[in-house]
Amino acid sequence: MVQSIETIFSVYEPEVIAVHTTCLSETIGDDLTQIVSKAAEEGKIPEGKQVIYCNTPSYVGSHITGYANQVAAMVKFFSTATLKKRNVVNLVAGWMEPSDMREIKRIASVMEARTLMFPDMTDVLDTPLTGKYEMYPKGGCTTEELKTTGDSKFTIGLGEYSTNTACVALDNKCKVKFEITDIPIGLKATDRFVTALSRHANVPVPESISAERGRLIDLIADNQKYFYGKRVALWGDPDTLIPLCEFLVSMDMRPVYVVSGTPGKPFEERLKVILKDIPEAKFKGGELADMFQMHQWIKQEGVDLLIGNTYGKYIARDEDIPFVRYGFPIADRPGHNFFPKTGYVGATNLAIQILNAFMDHMDRTSPDEKVEFQL
Amino acid sequence: MSTLLEERKNQIGRVGNTHEVIACEKASLAGSVSQRACVFCGSRVVLYPIADALHLIHGPIGCAAYTWDIRGSLSSGPELHRLSFSTDLRERDVVFGGTAKLHASLDELIELHKPKAAFVYTTCIVGVIGDDVEAVCKEMSREKGIPVIPVQAPGFQGSKKDGYRIACESLFQLVGTQNRPIPKYSINILGDFNLAGELWILLDYYKRMGIHVNATITGDGRVDDICNAHRASLNVVQCSGSMMHLAKMMKQTYGVPFMRVSYFGIEDMSDALYEVANFFQSDDLLQQARTIVKEELGRLLPALAPYKKALNGKKAAIYVGGAFKAISLVKALRLIGVKTVIVGSQTGDKDDYKLIQELCDEDTIVVDDSNPVELSAFVKEKQADLFIGGVKERPIAYKIGLGFCDHNHERKEALAGYEGMLNFAKEVYGTVMSPVWKYVR
Repeated sequence: MVQSIETIFSVYEPEVIAVHTTCLSETIGDDLTQIVSKAAEEGKIPEGKQVIYCNTPSYVGSHITGYANQVAAMVKFFSTATLKKRNVVNLVAGWMEPSDMREIKRIASVMEARTLMFPDMTDVLDTPLTGKYEMYPKGGCTTEELKTTGDSKFTIGLGEYSTNTACVALDNKCKVKFEITDIPIGLKATDRFVTALSRHANVPVPESISAERGRLIDLIADNQKYFYGKRVALWGDPDTLIPLCEFLVSMDMRPVYVVSGTPGKPFEERLKVILKDIPEAKFKGGELADMFQMHQWIKQEGVDLLIGNTYGKYIARDEDIPFVRYGFPIADRPGHNFFPKTGYVGATNLAIQILNAFMDHMDRTSPDEKVEFQL
Repeated sequence: MSTLLEERKNQIGRVGNTHEVIACEKASLAGSVSQRACVFCGSRVVLYPIADALHLIHGPIGCAAYTWDIRGSLSSGPELHRLSFSTDLRERDVVFGGTAKLHASLDELIELHKPKAAFVYTTCIVGVIGDDVEAVCKEMSREKGIPVIPVQAPGFQGSKKDGYRIACESLFQLVGTQNRPIPKYSINILGDFNLAGELWILLDYYKRMGIHVNATITGDGRVDDICNAHRASLNVVQCSGSMMHLAKMMKQTYGVPFMRVSYFGIEDMSDALYEVANFFQSDDLLQQARTIVKEELGRLLPALAPYKKALNGKKAAIYVGGAFKAISLVKALRLIGVKTVIVGSQTGDKDDYKLIQELCDEDTIVVDDSNPVELSAFVKEKQADLFIGGVKERPIAYKIGLGFCDHNHERKEALAGYEGMLNFAKEVYGTVMSPVWKYVR
């Protein structure tokens, strides 16, 4: 470990090294705090540079646990409170694509709210191809900016499972109050986010944002007969599934099967409320909530749409069900890091993808005499 | 950013500059972001193509999830190998031990799937908590009446190459356990994993020659064939890195001789056929081999001509897992007019690198166990047009702005044999000549 730190600083010259533990290092009892201070004592960490770390044994929780821990580590190591408070609202981003983060930042800037997002993958994970390779692209949230998060006036955490730990840590360390909202997926969740941002950043909601909202509603209204009553099966991470289910319900679709491998109570509690008018809905979280269970449910009674990561492609193929890819990992289709699914614009994108999936399927499977020019 | 670490200086050389062979077969330098994989991964990719065996990974879910169907190894029959089974060790299992879970998993899975054999892979965590996997395997073997073989490959105990060796030892436990007669001119094919159906192309050539292929280890593999492998007269070994150990063990214990071949590129493919014919000292077989080569080349060479014309003078960088493949690629590329300016491997040994240094042109960079920083720097220095490598090299190629050919174990196009040579030329052409690179130069 000490050797690695030395090599990395000398070859790759980063400002920060972020370390995650694995099941192996956790079980043999490597104490990162001790090791990193040893490295510092031996002069392996250059002046002004840092090594941050978090504990992520693979047999505890899921990838969301690891994400939450590392975001909290960013707070632990960087956030500093000075005497000078800033008129900035922190946005702690839950697990989402760079395009989702970009869209949320865009909404904030259109609203003229001063915000600071971390972790921020925009212009880091979605950089353009210029022929010149930048190891450390200019985007994202810098260490300097991270330090100032302790002086912000408020924090909004986007996604309970992935950001709660960090928000609590920031409150404890720097006394920055926080509110956790859902990741802004869909109409209502985006409304909640925009309202929260408007209130805490003290900015009005501009006409253009209302117009985006209106355009989304217009699309849904024009196509409501395609959404009505459609049975949907979903799988993924709780922070995404909760607002997603809410969105589907608001379009009159019926999420009937929902699974998430990430353990935790809030998931089932929230879904109970969101799916209260769909008594036949089955949802599960944790160890035994898997794709096998999902496939069993589908075999017993089918669905009209699948929404989830690439692991569902086998079910989609076997049962010939329209499939919209969403979540992590998506290993077999491009585009999710370019176009958002958050915000009103993102919800519109998602609604269009759902409609295209339905309509492609209809065109492909309808008998000849029913295929028409105009849908 | 300094590119070369002091410690790595003698693993990088230039042909002509130095007459010494570069250093190799060392552990990766901590923090250098090597392209290598772990021990468990090494043994997994070797054994998983055995299609009618059960592959159970004893460890947390990650190891099984990330090696699920990792190789694209096709099967002509059962597809049990495409399911990745794991005991999904959780925190309580790490604390209290996982053998009970292993026992229960094997019990349930063997009843459900009725495989011909089972392989149980240990992972890092099992190596540390000290589960007695061997005892559980012995017991299940007795109970279920099929071989249940432990593959003791915790990820931290060495590198990918050690994983290969451990896999060979596990395979060797099966060899010789059955005894069925087989036809006269019989060979085993070792080290082809039937990626994209390549093995089937080779089987066709050997069949036309009149050779019977006894066991394919491990592409399109079957447990019964492996148990009977020692009856063949010859082991034909591709991918020297992974299977040599097994070939040597079979020679020592069963007296089965082996020879190294490569199926990439025209020269090596033809040699593969001739050498086998010569081994059996049969003029008949040799004549057949000549006929096949003549037929195939008659079809292939005219088809290759336009690609050769278009690609003449282009430069390629090669970085693959095993050095033997790198050697074949240098020759295959020459055939279509492409010059190799950088060549390296993750696991090559001294003999491999000596051959490479003799084979390549002056000033070619030769590197062992490289990393992204080095590869990017070399590619830019040499202004390469093409990068041939595996999935970890693709981002390097695309983000710097040059063409890429996936020659690794996830490839979807058959690149072996004569057909493969044409596919290779097409793929190289398609990526090198793509107009998109003009926008970034």
